[in-house]
Amino acid sequence: MSKPKLALYWAASCGGCEIAVLDIEEKILDVADFFDIVFWPVALDFKYKDVEAMPDKNIDLCLFNGSIRTSENEHLAHLLRKKSKVLVAFGSCAHEGCIPGLANLYKKEDILNFVYKESPSTINEAGIFPQTKFKVNGNEIDLPEFYESVKPLDEVVPVEYYIPGCPPQPPQILAVISLIIEGKPLPPPGSIVGAGEKTCCDECTRTREEKKIKKFYRPFEIVSKPDQCLLDQGILCMGPATRSGCGALCVSANMPCRGCYGAPPNSLDQGTKMISALSSVIDSQDPEEVERIINNIADLVGTLYRFSLPSSILKQKKILRSGQNASN
Amino acid sequence: MISVNIDGKEVQVPEDSSILKAAEKAGIWIPTMCYSELFEPYGVCRLCSVEVIRGRRSRVVTACNYPVREGLTVLTNSEKIQWIRKMIMEMMLSRWPNVGVVKDMATRLGVTKPRFESLEKDEDPNACILCGMCVNACKELVKAEVLGFAYRGIKREVVLPFDKKSAECIVCGACAHVCPTGHVKMIIEDYRGKKPEFTLGAKTAIYVPSMQAVPRVPVIDTESCIHFKTDGCETCSKVCEPQAINYKMEDEIIEFEVGQILVATGFDIFDATPMAQYGYGRYDNVYSSLEFEYLLNSTGPTGGKILLKNGKEPRAVGIIHCIGSRDTNHHPYCSRVCCMYALKFAHLIHDRTRAAIYQFYIDMRAFGKGYEEFYSRLLNEGITMIRGKAAEVVEASKSKEDEGKLLIRCEDTLIGKFREIPVDMVILCNAIEPRKDSDTVKKLFSMSKSPDGFFLERHPKLDPTSTMTDGILIAGCAQGPKDIPDTVAQASSAAARILSLIAKGEVEIDPICATVQEEFCSGCKICNNLCPYSAIEFLIDKNISHVNEVLCKGCGTCVAACPSGAMTGSGFTDKQIYAELEGLLEI
Amino acid sequence: MSEFNPRIVGFLCNWCSYTGADLAGTSRLKSSPSIRIIRTMCSGRVDPTFVVKAFELGADGVLIAGCHFGDCHYQEGNYKTMRRVVLLKRLLYDLGIEPERVRLEWISASEGEKFTRVSNEFTEQIRNLGPINLEYLQNRISHSLNEPVEVI
Repeated sequence: MSKPKLALYWAASCGGCEIAVLDIEEKILDVADFFDIVFWPVALDFKYKDVEAMPDKNIDLCLFNGSIRTSENEHLAHLLRKKSKVLVAFGSCAHEGCIPGLANLYKKEDILNFVYKESPSTINEAGIFPQTKFKVNGNEIDLPEFYESVKPLDEVVPVEYYIPGCPPQPPQILAVISLIIEGKPLPPPGSIVGAGEKTCCDECTRTREEKKIKKFYRPFEIVSKPDQCLLDQGILCMGPATRSGCGALCVSANMPCRGCYGAPPNSLDQGTKMISALSSVIDSQDPEEVERIINNIADLVGTLYRFSLPSSILKQKKILRSGQNASN
Repeated sequence: MISVNIDGKEVQVPEDSSILKAAEKAGIWIPTMCYSELFEPYGVCRLCSVEVIRGRRSRVVTACNYPVREGLTVLTNSEKIQWIRKMIMEMMLSRWPNVGVVKDMATRLGVTKPRFESLEKDEDPNACILCGMCVNACKELVKAEVLGFAYRGIKREVVLPFDKKSAECIVCGACAHVCPTGHVKMIIEDYRGKKPEFTLGAKTAIYVPSMQAVPRVPVIDTESCIHFKTDGCETCSKVCEPQAINYKMEDEIIEFEVGQILVATGFDIFDATPMAQYGYGRYDNVYSSLEFEYLLNSTGPTGGKILLKNGKEPRAVGIIHCIGSRDTNHHPYCSRVCCMYALKFAHLIHDRTRAAIYQFYIDMRAFGKGYEEFYSRLLNEGITMIRGKAAEVVEASKSKEDEGKLLIRCEDTLIGKFREIPVDMVILCNAIEPRKDSDTVKKLFSMSKSPDGFFLERHPKLDPTSTMTDGILIAGCAQGPKDIPDTVAQASSAAARILSLIAKGEVEIDPICATVQEEFCSGCKICNNLCPYSAIEFLIDKNISHVNEVLCKGCGTCVAACPSGAMTGSGFTDKQIYAELEGLLEI
Repeated sequence: MSEFNPRIVGFLCNWCSYTGADLAGTSRLKSSPSIRIIRTMCSGRVDPTFVVKAFELGADGVLIAGCHFGDCHYQEGNYKTMRRVVLLKRLLYDLGIEPERVRLEWISASEGEKFTRVSNEFTEQIRNLGPINLEYLQNRISHSLNEPVEVI
């Protein structure tokens, strides 16, 4: 009997998820032993055509990390979906869009303009911008198209499972893979695996009091007490609105939770839920004072949706059609 | 008890009684000028001088402050005493020939004309006779010790400290009250006292609130009572034989635990002062309906007689309807009871006086059982009904004789003519309006108000005694203007509702309630201090929050606030609201 | 071109605003038909998620109405609503949606007239802002799987 086939792919991502796979340490050898790795662009030399040549549903398990930013990402998502029995959105980018998803606050042309022309370190006098078709030596080649917005993987193709986290924590990865290796029954499709059902607070060891916030601080503005809830101290910690699973890593390093594990099971939208919670504990009954207090929060949308903007309800900043004026 | 012989009469009196007291008991009159039972005898007028005989010695002493001894013999009318009294009176009369009390006493003692002239002769009928009553009242009774004597001999006079207005004076008026000559007068420059409930008569600081008060006992107005200002006075306590007066009693807040509350806080009457055209508060004989009701009352200031402020009977009375009601500037609603009590007033005025009665109405609303019949009866009594709202009430007196006469100007819409009616008295039918503190009461019981400002019932037709808050019921004018039968009906219905719930023995609470899905709660403590009813407790052992279903009122604030979505509940769940949204926005 | 008829969701609290809207009805006042009302027990129940969800589903505006300060049936639910709306408007602004599309009003049970005025005014306000135009959200749905899975 042949070994089950494993594929790993990265779309729009930083590569951290791949490192996280390696971070399971010597257990990677068990994985390599159990699986036949058929596709892993970061580590092994396979070509797309190798995958295209495979029969459908040939890959038993495909860990897909990265969000869908370009046409290449999308193509591979469709391809791997076709060739895989189980497609897993691996890591926050594939799950919710993650940091690349914050690009959804800008229009495509603004991003290209900045990157290829306006950024201080760019000299592009010829005004060359990425093209989708390019002629070289008389042959025309196709280049990936940069999409208007970033999407999580499940908006392009259906996925069986999600493993959240930026990156997913190695023990959680190991736990999921061991499940397969040990042949245990799998959870129903659509499940989020490798994470808890509660929120980050469940894993946080700090002591919490009933909250009353008079002022929000950024982490560098205050010497926080190491054993007291950060939100109690006025540091905007996303922990209460973030799924557990990481072991409260950031908080134990004295940094507020940034929310990479995404919304907990009963929450539809991480950001608005957090708004609701935060505003409930702001200690003021005067609208003007409330306004002053929330003005202390730097980059509200970036804080609330640092990892989940493309999968939030509104998904992106509103695109204005030509002729419409920007509201700000 | 010791026995004393006064003018040959033996009397038994307690030890330490004064001769004056003993003489009073013996029925013998001793003239006094500076004596009052309210304070210690002063002995300054010397008019009460009597002869005291002990063995063979005789002495002249003042009866008011000389204590009796066993076997004392007193002569109050001996020749010597008569001579002394006359001399004193002659001296007083020569100095204050026109003061009433001095003249009366002189006449009584048989002095008609003094034999000599005084150097300090004062012909003022209100002259100060230096009796010291005011000083003593101020010192002993009021304990303010403001008034005092200055200078000596014939220059002696009663003064305020440094002859200036004194901040120590509490303006109690006790000095003016005791002054026998009217020399001490109250001049009220700045009256900051509270406005009496009715301006029809002065009240003492201790009074029975009304003849119908339950229990019918007097109360002390601690803001006006001298005792509460200076610790002095206590006159009421001195005269109260059963010793029922207790100054130490204080307002106390008593807490009761109850399951249901019937709010029947009543109404206020509209203050017509801002409607300057009717002259309320400016003209003496313009009355509010409640003031007139008080005037009609047999326990009222006139004993039920309908009198003008000058004590005369009115010859014409005008009753003006809809003051502040059915008026877009004040209250748009009809106060419902005014038409009928205006008719009652007319009937009683007709009964008790011979005055002509004019009613100025917009519409007659005789809506209740027997009311229309009463209206017809009144029409036969010869009351003039003028359809049209009175425009204004003006002063009509042209000469001294008809001072206080008023003129009501109005348009009689039935004949289409402008009319001016001269009257002596005007009665305004003030609107019924919500109580001034109804907002506080509203908040206290989480009730609502309808646009007219009265408490809002749960349903105007089907549930007029309940409110939106379970266990809080309303009745009477707190809910809206209504007359006595309607109030009784509504209050009885509310009482029946209360009893039915008591009989049932259990209450049904709203099924809407928050619950924590324990498997999703991480104990972030966002929700715990949100709950105004403290229904969310924190279970330390499980590190999660828990909702006490009995305390929870189901507002859902915690459900909205829960960042993990662990807080949910029966009714108004996220799922239901999303489904509603989808349904609403389908088309 | 026919006039733009906005779709507005109104979250009204049970005790004040919903009763106020009821009063507007029983008083036969003409309120804008654009307001589609959802009753909540307290304006404090209104989760900002509901508002963005309404926008996603095509609402052009959202009205949230509760009791006046101090009048809240639940003592201070409306203060929480006020704070939520302040923060939510800030977020909407950052996401390019006009904050004026959310309106917070205090309407008591006796203010049927105010409900009518607010609903008419708000409808006019949204009409001037135009449709919300979030077409880019169309077809952006997450694919879900329901068949059971076998890996090995």
